Amino acid sequence: MDTPAIRITNLRKRYPGFELQDVSFTLPRGYVMGLVGPNGAGKTTIVKLIMNLIRPDGGEIHVFGLDHRAHEAEVKSRIGWVYDVPPFYGDVSLRDTKRAIALFYPKWNESLFNQLAAQFQLPLRKKVKSLSNGMRTKLALALALSHDADLLVLDEPTTGLDPVFRRELLHGLSDLLQDERKSILFSTHITTDLERIADFVTFIRDGRVTLSTSREELMEKWGVVRGGEELVEAMDPGIRRGIRHHPHGVDVLTSDVIAARKAFGKKAVVDPASFEDIVVLMEGRGRHA
Amino acid sequence: MRILISNSSPDPIYQQIVRQIKGQIIAGDLPEGSPLPSIRKLAHELQISVITTKRAYEELDKEGLIDTVGGKGTFVASQNQEFLREKRMKLVEGKLSEALEDARLLGMSRREVGEMVDLLWEEEG
Repeated sequence: MDTPAIRITNLRKRYPGFELQDVSFTLPRGYVMGLVGPNGAGKTTIVKLIMNLIRPDGGEIHVFGLDHRAHEAEVKSRIGWVYDVPPFYGDVSLRDTKRAIALFYPKWNESLFNQLAAQFQLPLRKKVKSLSNGMRTKLALALALSHDADLLVLDEPTTGLDPVFRRELLHGLSDLLQDERKSILFSTHITTDLERIADFVTFIRDGRVTLSTSREELMEKWGVVRGGEELVEAMDPGIRRGIRHHPHGVDVLTSDVIAARKAFGKKAVVDPASFEDIVVLMEGRGRHA
Repeated sequence: MRILISNSSPDPIYQQIVRQIKGQIIAGDLPEGSPLPSIRKLAHELQISVITTKRAYEELDKEGLIDTVGGKGTFVASQNQEFLREKRMKLVEGKLSEALEDARLLGMSRREVGEMVDLLWEEEG
């Protein structure tokens, strides 16, 4: 098998009041993975650890099969990134920001950058501080896409962007994947952005991975059963993964939608689970463990 | 090739693709040897995940409807003629029973329907 683009094992990081606990997942080369969870779940911490901006308290990260710290320079030259808060100096023009960043990348492609800058309508002569948040994200994207990176690590890249540009971005990303050596890790709390194009998805909650699987498997196995309160008792706890009570009944998240449909199909409504259902309904397992 | 994906269909996306491509092969819209887009190209065109299109192609391959030739691409397989004829006859049967249902609603007799079929057969033949 190909070396995975990213392999993370038992990653740990402790902050006062927050702990990333035993995070493990693998992104095979050639695919898109969504890193999905509510704000504060630990998505940005994971991205910062991958990029070696902060030190882990334990665990391992391999990018392209290489230890991400021992081979930091090589690994980073092959990654295009967009951070949650873009690390650009406000008083520097876009053009000079680009010049500074281009120096780090042996495969920098100036004409591709200019093409993207025109497409995104970036005002290259202006200072970074004059940009809106959406424009700042577009600048980061143009930089990330201009050096033939093998891996894109995008932390909330769609925040502050309107639906039209978000759609264009997703289209651009899936275009990139025409090359089967390229991979994308895409963190977001806007689940609909990823629902269709993600090949894999890793759900994060309270610093832990609650589920990491392929989109196909998720769609095939997981579901939401909507019905009366009696559902909660009737469903095998082994396949019951989250409950939401509301005035007119309950929504129960299940990890075996086929069994659930067989058991409750006549008395309850059984829907496929969306990414959002998983984020909202999944119990933060082991929170008290 | 025409593929329409519904987000609100209860059927998984890969099944929607399988069903539509299969339908077009059986109907003869995709004749033997026609090239299909690559897995990654189709994923991009439909804006869906690569694994989804991969799974759809695997399914079609398993049923012997398409062939993937390493380095060249994916093509509509040469069909078992018997199988195709049977499938197409099924289609005809479906259309005929629909027509018969309408005929019954109108109160047409079996003889009247027979005469109509004979007439049409002569005209079209």
